[in-house]
Amino acid sequence: MANKLIVSLSPHVHSGDSVQKNMYGVIIALIPALLVSFYMFGLGAVIVTLTSVAACLFFEWAITKFILKRERTTILDGSAALTGLLLAFNLPSNLPLWIIIIGALVAIGIGKMTFGGLGCNPFNPALVGRIFLLISFPVQMTSWPVAGQLTAYTDAETAATPLALMKMAVKGDATALEQLPSTMDLFLGNNPGCIGEISALALLLGLVYMLWKKIITWHIPVSIIATVFVFATLLNLVDPAKYADGLTHLFTGGLMLGAIFMATDYVTSPMNHKGMIIYGIAIGFLTVLIRTFGAYPEGMSFAIFIMNAFTPLINTYCKPKRFGEVVKK
Amino acid sequence: MKTFRIGGVHPAENKLSAGKAIETLALPKQAVFPLSQHIGAPATAIVKKGDVVKVGTKIAEAGGFVSAAIYSSVSGKVNKVDSVIDASGYRKPAIFIDVEGDEWEESIDRSTELVKECNLTPEEIVAKIKNAGVVGMGGACFPTHVKLTPPPGCKAECVIINAVECEPYLTADHRLMLEKADEILVGVQILMKAVKVDKAYIGIENNKPDAIKLMTEKAAQYKGIEIVPLKVKYPQGGEKQLIDAVIGRQVPAPPAIPINVGAVVQNVGTAYAVYEAVQKNKPLFERVVTVTGKSLKNPSNFLTRMGTPMSQLIEAAGGMPEDTGKVIGGGPMMGKALANTEVPICKGSSGVLLMNDKDASRAEAMPCIRCAKCVSACPMGLEPFLLATASAHGDWERVEKEMIMSCIECGSCQFTCPSRRPMLDYIRLGKGKVGAIIRARNAKK
Amino acid sequence: MDLILIAVISLGAIGLVAAVILYAASKKFAVYEDPRIAQVSEVLPQANCGGCGYPGCSGFAAACVKAGSLEGKLCPVGGQPTMEKVAAILGLEAAASEPKVAVVRCNGTCANRPKLTKYDGVRSCVVANSTYGGESGCTFGCLGCGDCVSACTFGAIKMNPETELPEVDESKCTACGACAKACPRSIIEIRPKGKNNRRVYVQCVNKDKGAVARKACTAACIGCGKCVKVCPFEAITLENNLAYIDPAKCKSCRKCEMECPQNAIIAVNFPPRKAKPAEETAPKAETATPKAETVAPKVEKPATEQPKAETPAQEAPKAEA
Repeated sequence: MANKLIVSLSPHVHSGDSVQKNMYGVIIALIPALLVSFYMFGLGAVIVTLTSVAACLFFEWAITKFILKRERTTILDGSAALTGLLLAFNLPSNLPLWIIIIGALVAIGIGKMTFGGLGCNPFNPALVGRIFLLISFPVQMTSWPVAGQLTAYTDAETAATPLALMKMAVKGDATALEQLPSTMDLFLGNNPGCIGEISALALLLGLVYMLWKKIITWHIPVSIIATVFVFATLLNLVDPAKYADGLTHLFTGGLMLGAIFMATDYVTSPMNHKGMIIYGIAIGFLTVLIRTFGAYPEGMSFAIFIMNAFTPLINTYCKPKRFGEVVKK
Repeated sequence: MKTFRIGGVHPAENKLSAGKAIETLALPKQAVFPLSQHIGAPATAIVKKGDVVKVGTKIAEAGGFVSAAIYSSVSGKVNKVDSVIDASGYRKPAIFIDVEGDEWEESIDRSTELVKECNLTPEEIVAKIKNAGVVGMGGACFPTHVKLTPPPGCKAECVIINAVECEPYLTADHRLMLEKADEILVGVQILMKAVKVDKAYIGIENNKPDAIKLMTEKAAQYKGIEIVPLKVKYPQGGEKQLIDAVIGRQVPAPPAIPINVGAVVQNVGTAYAVYEAVQKNKPLFERVVTVTGKSLKNPSNFLTRMGTPMSQLIEAAGGMPEDTGKVIGGGPMMGKALANTEVPICKGSSGVLLMNDKDASRAEAMPCIRCAKCVSACPMGLEPFLLATASAHGDWERVEKEMIMSCIECGSCQFTCPSRRPMLDYIRLGKGKVGAIIRARNAKK
Repeated sequence: MDLILIAVISLGAIGLVAAVILYAASKKFAVYEDPRIAQVSEVLPQANCGGCGYPGCSGFAAACVKAGSLEGKLCPVGGQPTMEKVAAILGLEAAASEPKVAVVRCNGTCANRPKLTKYDGVRSCVVANSTYGGESGCTFGCLGCGDCVSACTFGAIKMNPETELPEVDESKCTACGACAKACPRSIIEIRPKGKNNRRVYVQCVNKDKGAVARKACTAACIGCGKCVKVCPFEAITLENNLAYIDPAKCKSCRKCEMECPQNAIIAVNFPPRKAKPAEETAPKAETATPKAETVAPKVEKPATEQPKAETPAQEAPKAEA
């Protein structure tokens, strides 16, 4: 025996799970939605996605190397690529390149690296980027290309999103709800919107994959979706002409994308099942609240953002069920 | 299928030696008996240099109530009472005996005949078990007679036999059940009599269908013994997890112990040792040890005399492979990595596992990504990431409040961590510190 | 005009009410603090290292004022001059104290103490100590994970990558004792600096029997007792196979250093010896060489002196093998 024996404390085996596996797992789960977006928005979607991912990777590399001066860069762990992909999913497919690059800089630079990099950020970096862009460039960020223009980029024809129609209905436009695309179109993705959010079906496929691979648990997505459905249905029962029904809420805007991919971000979501459900319910509630009564047509990103801020509080006060707490018998 | 309710993981089972019948290992040239091979006070040596001993001669007396006597496993002459490097590399007092022949004490019944009848009173049984130096054979080595003496105010309701063997690789208990089923069942009946209960459960994980079948068939002849097949999940062999899985009761946080919910848990190996001690007058001086490893030529189960150096077992199983990186005493989840292989087999040595270079080293730790997989995996419902970080920062008050003392050190958190963080290293540190703080506080009162 | 008037009057009124409340509260809930505590605090170094045994400098100041005597109170960072200032403020007598320094009582370098295993756990001495005896055969010596380095708030301890032992920078060390407390094996001792910074101490804490200790480390104290016999001042005691030099009794004659067959006794900051009669009689010729190096005059930079001493020692075990 040539080598010295290695000594360390138990356990001596590992499940083989790694950060990379989880990050690339989420990326794989995003592929169906990505393909739908390429099919619907063509060239624009390809350009926005590639730019966003490349810019995020570049900023991650540049900041770790030149500002933080760390020896090991972390661009290969998949987290920056995932942030880039999620950021792109939250952008319209006709967004100019320079805005995307600013978004990536904010997402990685301010959203992630200022707090110390992977695992330290209080807010979902992709969301930080998106919200920054939404507030800074409201015009570009809210003009949505109509699906099916495969070769168009910034010159694409735009239209109102289903969410905008829903907002108009709340404000008193009686015919707005009738102009909504059919629920089936919404479910499959044939409607204007951000790159990644249009097809509920593709996103649900991603959810099934992530649950199967045990990347996430069901608690956050299910509690968000259930809350939105229940709350929206209640509103719909009060006044069907003003408030869209629950299913429409579920399949429009960034709800599915947010519930499945953005809210479940490891770093910024609570760390036990009880907390996850509280977090999910609060997000669902806030989303419908903002969608119906707020100034913006879409409330998902703000709802997640607000609840990200509450995550440490939830973690402090919400503890997992301890062994032995259960009453005897 | 029954199992415990909170957390748990499923490591690759790798039961390489499950099909290998128990073989008797040759006698060592010199046997070494550390005086502290159980939880509690170390035993006190009652032999000195030059004394002649036989197999089964008492060589060390229990050092207190929570302690156990030690018997010689060989015949020969006491070489010295000195210190030996134990599994952790520190020196501990031990008795060295040079082996000459194989002469047994006459009081031991060496026949293989099954003795079913036991007409002793519970007190006599406990005394006999205590005298024979029987301790928990699962690894923790808690003196058995202490467990069989419920503290005032507590009453045992059932005996639970731990035949789960949830550690990957290990097969000693599995083989024991296949080859000594009747003896084990008689041992269980003796244990039931000792704590005055008429119900016993034997929990066996579902990856041992042959043992479940055999034990269920045989148990029909014994009153009050029920075999409980359990879903394969680690750490089902943890005492508290097993009670939860078998009778659905959860032991409250420390200082509560299993007897508070009416359960007395004993390992299946202990049941066999109890049978031998009570019915055959044979003190505890040999046990079944699994020697295993992916690169090992011949993974086996050996009936080994205590005091045999582990290197001899490794030799008998085909020698140390070239690529050995780590030698573990026990299983891969909770076993101890050995600093040298001359360590003697003790009462709690359930296995020797050789890991190759590749599997042995830990991967570099990455930052915590707060994925909460450790929280989901923790069978005690704790937050390992928090306990580890707070322990690393020395925030003992916080970790005590977060119930660090409930941790059973099963390693599920570290096993499952995608960032490969050495959480349990820090949690153990915190547990040690908080334990000391609590003891100091209690001493003040 | 009315608007401005209303604003001014209402805001003024609110301000007045708030001022009255604040004034009343500051009088009612005022806590009297001895003004001398603040004065004492001011002359303290504000390192908040806890070396004095109190929680931070203000805690120490409060304790000094309260106690009414400076007996047994010492700010190790500021030393005697600071304590005299404190004494002047409080009108008390400063207790006499010697300047002290941290010394590492282990010379188990990679060469002296061959490694038998590889530690793969958390880089923390406390954890390593609870895991097992350490990478070498010596279960008393330095574990080399650097808990003392991270405990030092003054940057006075560094690990020497060559020897894998910590080294104390005398000029930065304030003898606050944080490293000694952090070391799970109590290897670091806070000792008086000694006259002219010269001190003699046993550079080992191994309590094993001689043969065992020597097998684990070529620089281990084997408890032979030669130093005890040779010491004219009865400063050396031998307990559990380990010699200890009482700094209060030691007169720095260096007889023990010459006598030690293991070179486990070290004398630092002494001028080089002129003649070395001990060399011929030393039991091991090759281990006597590093000893001569150790006493090289290095008053300013004592920290760099140990690695130098180690370089020739590395050859020694090889030559033996």
